Amino acid sequence: MTDLGPLILSLKLAVVTMAILLVIATPVAWWLANTRSALKAPVQAIVALPIVLPPTVLGFYFLVFLSPNSTLGGLWVDATGSSLTFSFTGLVLASIVYSLPFAVQPLLSAFEALGRREYEAAQTLGASRLDAFASVVVPLALPGFLSAAVLSFAHTLGEFGVVLMVGGNIPGETRTVSIAIYDHVESLDYASAHTLSLILLVTAFAILLALFALNRPRPARA
Amino acid sequence: MRSFEARYRLERRDFTLDVDLRLPSSGVTGLFGASGSGKTTLLRCLAGLEPAAVGRFAVNGLVVDDTDAGARLPPAERGIGVVFQEPRLFAHLNVERNIRYGEKRRRREAFVGFDEIVDLLGIDKLLARKASALSGGEAQRVAIARALMSAPRLLLMDEPLASLDQRRREEILPFLEDLHARLPIPMVYVSHQLDEILRLADALVVVEGGSLLASGSLSELLADAGQVGLGSANAGVVLEGVTHAPGDEYGMTPVATPAGVLWVTGRYAAETPLRLIVRANDVSVSIEPLAASSIQNSLVARIVRLDEEAGATLLLVLDVDGQNLIARITRRAAANLGLVPGRTVYAHIKSAAVRRHRMSGHGLPADP
Repeated sequence: MTDLGPLILSLKLAVVTMAILLVIATPVAWWLANTRSALKAPVQAIVALPIVLPPTVLGFYFLVFLSPNSTLGGLWVDATGSSLTFSFTGLVLASIVYSLPFAVQPLLSAFEALGRREYEAAQTLGASRLDAFASVVVPLALPGFLSAAVLSFAHTLGEFGVVLMVGGNIPGETRTVSIAIYDHVESLDYASAHTLSLILLVTAFAILLALFALNRPRPARA
Repeated sequence: MRSFEARYRLERRDFTLDVDLRLPSSGVTGLFGASGSGKTTLLRCLAGLEPAAVGRFAVNGLVVDDTDAGARLPPAERGIGVVFQEPRLFAHLNVERNIRYGEKRRRREAFVGFDEIVDLLGIDKLLARKASALSGGEAQRVAIARALMSAPRLLLMDEPLASLDQRRREEILPFLEDLHARLPIPMVYVSHQLDEILRLADALVVVEGGSLLASGSLSELLADAGQVGLGSANAGVVLEGVTHAPGDEYGMTPVATPAGVLWVTGRYAAETPLRLIVRANDVSVSIEPLAASSIQNSLVARIVRLDEEAGATLLLVLDVDGQNLIARITRRAAANLGLVPGRTVYAHIKSAAVRRHRMSGHGLPADP
């Protein structure tokens, strides 16, 4: 019987990462869509870095900056008593950075397509900026939020190199499904590798199918 | 009558807006200028949508901008409604919820209820529709209703008809005239179409290249049309009057004005306040009364002065019972008829050429 623990851990990691990413990526994408600041290009480049960097490079830097010997990692150990590397928390941090572009980009596209017209109109009708954003921009840019959620979820689910570098292979803590499959293959347990791979394949397909089905082009706006 | 003072400066890479003006605190003020003259930018400053603008603006004693003192109210707290060029309806809400959006968030007592606004703009049959299922004209009417439901202290309209074809414009203009006549809310109406402004505005502000070119009452500015950027062909006078009998079987209505009774085309009920615009190009003069003429309006007038113009024409300023009229005639005609100040002539106004517009029941703004 295949151990489904790694699958559940991966899903948990993907959900937590997605939720935190939506909170972080929304203001970043809104700022990028509206700013004329000279910082826009550098910020965009930084956000896009995880797309081009090999996961091992990213993982390596995480290992360096999160290890208990580093400033950040040391502070974390002092505060919580546990290490960021080879822990679930460390994986979440790494996944957030790793999947950031997949949350920011769809939101940015949605905000740019929407523009500021309705947002301004809402404010002239008495809505504060936050209210205008929540009551007008979010519903009108909903497909963008949906894409951001699905893509960051799916991307985190499929993560391998970063996890390998930062998390290692601790069952129930950092042994995600992609690591487990790799392990099964290494130990020639093809049956378990098949089971997990097929579940992942079907899950990924179902998620993307749902995304594309829900994101069908809406009727042109008047 | 009080007025709102607005002073703004905003520098862009290729354009600087720098104006200092007074807006009447009642009635409709037309903000006129060519494309790129800064009208829309000025309006956005008033609404608080241009964060880089510096200046001062107070509405009914509420200081909404005083950037020297570091004071700046966000758009939501200004109580300034805006109707943009495009309707900017919220596509995820139906028409009724679009209109109620501002109602839920308003901070003042409503001066008019939902039903009355819906009735005023003729949108009762559209309430359940999706905002995306409206025609351009319908959507713009809903946008106007939505802005009014937020009970603004001041309503800004930025070329609300610009994106519509001529037929849709004609469909909305009567609603705007009605608003003007029935709601006690000051409005600023931006347009590069003088026609629309003449129909709606009581006072006028003309901007050019980001600066104020002229401002004043409609009659002041029309008398000097050529000098204040309105085009000399539009020179004329404004006569405010009341129809003193209902329209007749020929489709004409007599209007009592300070210059006497003028017949205008169109049937109006008795006692309808009308504003007549008589352009200098549509007034001619004769020394003798005209016996058999198609002209329906002939008034005895005294010549006040002759204003020279470039070219072959001049403007004859006439006085009819204390009311001025302006006639554009050729210099040749003036010489041949021996027209000199003080002389009595007959002024003829072609009825079909007189523009007439229903007027606000809320009084006209006095000059500041």
